Amino acid sequence: MTSAQNWWKRTSNTVGSAWRGMPKWVRILATLLFVAFLYILPNKEFYEYLNIPGVWIPLYTTGVEFPSALFFATWMILLTLGLNIVCGYAGLLDLGFFGFFAVGAYTVALLTSPDSKLITEYHWLESPWPWLVTVPIAVSLALLSGVLLGWPTLRLRGDYLAIVTLGFAEVIRIIARNQDWILNGDRGITRVGHPPGKWSDGKAIFGILDTRPYYWLGLTLIILVIFVSRNLVRSRVGRAWIAIREDEDAAELMGVPTFKFKLWAFAMGASIGGLSGTLWAGQNSFVNSSTFSLENSILVLAALLLGGAGSIGGAILGGFLVVYVPEWLRSLPFLPESIDVNKYRYLVFGIILVVMMIFKPGGIWPNRRRVEEYKDRAKEVAVGVV
Amino acid sequence: MNFDDLFRGFEELTITGLAQGSVYALVALGYTLVYGVLRLINFAHSEVFMFGTFAAVWIWGVMGFDADSSRPAVWLALLLILVAMVFAALVSGGVAMLVEVSAYRPLRKRNAPPLAFLITAIGASFVLLEFMALPFMSDRRQIGMPPMLPTAPIISVGGWEVNPLQLMTIVVALVMMFSLDWFVNKTKFGRGIRAVAQDANTAALMGVNKSRVILLVFLLGGLMAGVAAVLASMRTGYTRFNIGFFLGIKAFSAAVLGGIGNLRGALLGGLLLGLIENYGAALFGTEWKDAISFLVLVALLMFRPTGLLGESLGRARA
Repeated sequence: MTSAQNWWKRTSNTVGSAWRGMPKWVRILATLLFVAFLYILPNKEFYEYLNIPGVWIPLYTTGVEFPSALFFATWMILLTLGLNIVCGYAGLLDLGFFGFFAVGAYTVALLTSPDSKLITEYHWLESPWPWLVTVPIAVSLALLSGVLLGWPTLRLRGDYLAIVTLGFAEVIRIIARNQDWILNGDRGITRVGHPPGKWSDGKAIFGILDTRPYYWLGLTLIILVIFVSRNLVRSRVGRAWIAIREDEDAAELMGVPTFKFKLWAFAMGASIGGLSGTLWAGQNSFVNSSTFSLENSILVLAALLLGGAGSIGGAILGGFLVVYVPEWLRSLPFLPESIDVNKYRYLVFGIILVVMMIFKPGGIWPNRRRVEEYKDRAKEVAVGVV
Repeated sequence: MNFDDLFRGFEELTITGLAQGSVYALVALGYTLVYGVLRLINFAHSEVFMFGTFAAVWIWGVMGFDADSSRPAVWLALLLILVAMVFAALVSGGVAMLVEVSAYRPLRKRNAPPLAFLITAIGASFVLLEFMALPFMSDRRQIGMPPMLPTAPIISVGGWEVNPLQLMTIVVALVMMFSLDWFVNKTKFGRGIRAVAQDANTAALMGVNKSRVILLVFLLGGLMAGVAAVLASMRTGYTRFNIGFFLGIKAFSAAVLGGIGNLRGALLGGLLLGLIENYGAALFGTEWKDAISFLVLVALLMFRPTGLLGESLGRARA
């Protein structure tokens, strides 16, 4: 173990125990302050008011507007939080997770766009529905698709499950691309509805020019999802998930109905993924099949493992880093124009997956219990058997 | 359902199915060998295959043949194909060993849980894929193969017509597979592989070098994939950085169909899958071709996860 690793371990342990040692009201207050800071983060006026532009400019992104970069991070964080339930808590490797994002996005697009074939060709709908009404529908459809995918596949063991979900997502994408009876293939669906609301001067809050409201909405949804995950993992359901992750056979023998709880995890994760899709479709206002490539499923997984599977903080950190760092790198002035960060992005994330699994399998911000599991296993290596 | 197409094209569909199935079988051997020894699905194997297709393009390019050159004489074509097969097999074998040494071995040292192996496998697969997609490698472009063998059928009995490439694919695949079977069942190295597959720790105590056996297994899988890559890419006529993805899933399905970990099962599964896929495409339409093998896999995993011949490498069972 290198000294850098030791240093990191010591520092994170000290910070962690200092934080846990503080009185509860301090922790609540600090969290509230941090959340408030996150809400005002994208406002230019804030920095001008504080008169500290010089400090903050290095953190700004220029390739994409700073609020947009933050918004991209919010839907990615929602995705990692969803996958965290499936993969981090229940230990199920779902490689088709982006498919649920697609279900959410397509549902919103089909119901809210005036160009949707449901309206123009089949006349199932009189007029496009408002965005807000379609969100619960999209989330329930994502949940349903999670159950439908999980029902046959969750009887499989870990590695089989991975390859089946992977192939499933890819087949669905190919069908979406080739068949254009409803999803319109690669041409996709345009003019997807935005979330509702108007400023006092009559302009729409969720317009095209200003991404900040979407970021605020995303942030609010993230806070909501954090509460849901935290409470779930501390309940009977969460204990069952962790038991399944650590030893499925033992859990089954102890009376945990593993299939039922695995299906639960799949459904919960899927609905959060779908929620993220609705948010993304509402801002992007265009959905087509090429968004849902395999690369994105892997990206979500890489984000979760980079941050730390099984820990909410880790999931958030991973989702943020994976989106924000490439955007930030792109806006660095000394990076030559010829180097397109996006072309190297996935390669780097692949390397991160491999290297993290070797040196820090728990992630940057690991779940403490998981770290102990890994330590325990490392001790069990028989001498000379490699 | 279009039974008319199926019956009219039955002979042709069967031959194409067998040729395609031989390629699946060759690639499936790589999955099956690694699974038999390590209980690991080596996701990166599809990229090992992909590197083989590029190796063929490179070596032919060095020798002055690219997509625009004219068809060489038959003896020269055979020579070129042989050279490409050897080179592709070496490149694929090398890539497979590189993955084992740099990604899987450190995990085994730490006794990582199965999930970590799986994630590493996906990561390694992704690294290889994206490496080939880089601007200075293939830049995500499709690269054409030079024409090699004549396309006119050389065997024609009744409605059964076999073109040279199909004949070559089937023959080469069978030769490779039988030599692998002989190697695993009859040689000293093969005994080592079977011993590690049966009980790794006991084998290590009996003096088998486990690390070397595992490396050998990756090498063997890579060699098969390299040869398969040359055969497959001559049929498709081009290669791309992501060409391995569906082939990988299909070959894996073939391995499971025959019984993963079972060498002869890989042959049976590959040929069967090739036939099922071609008949199915005729029945339901070609756009469903990729989905068919996948549905076979899901149905199989649900009803008979041990495959047709059962999971075993040699006579070993875990």
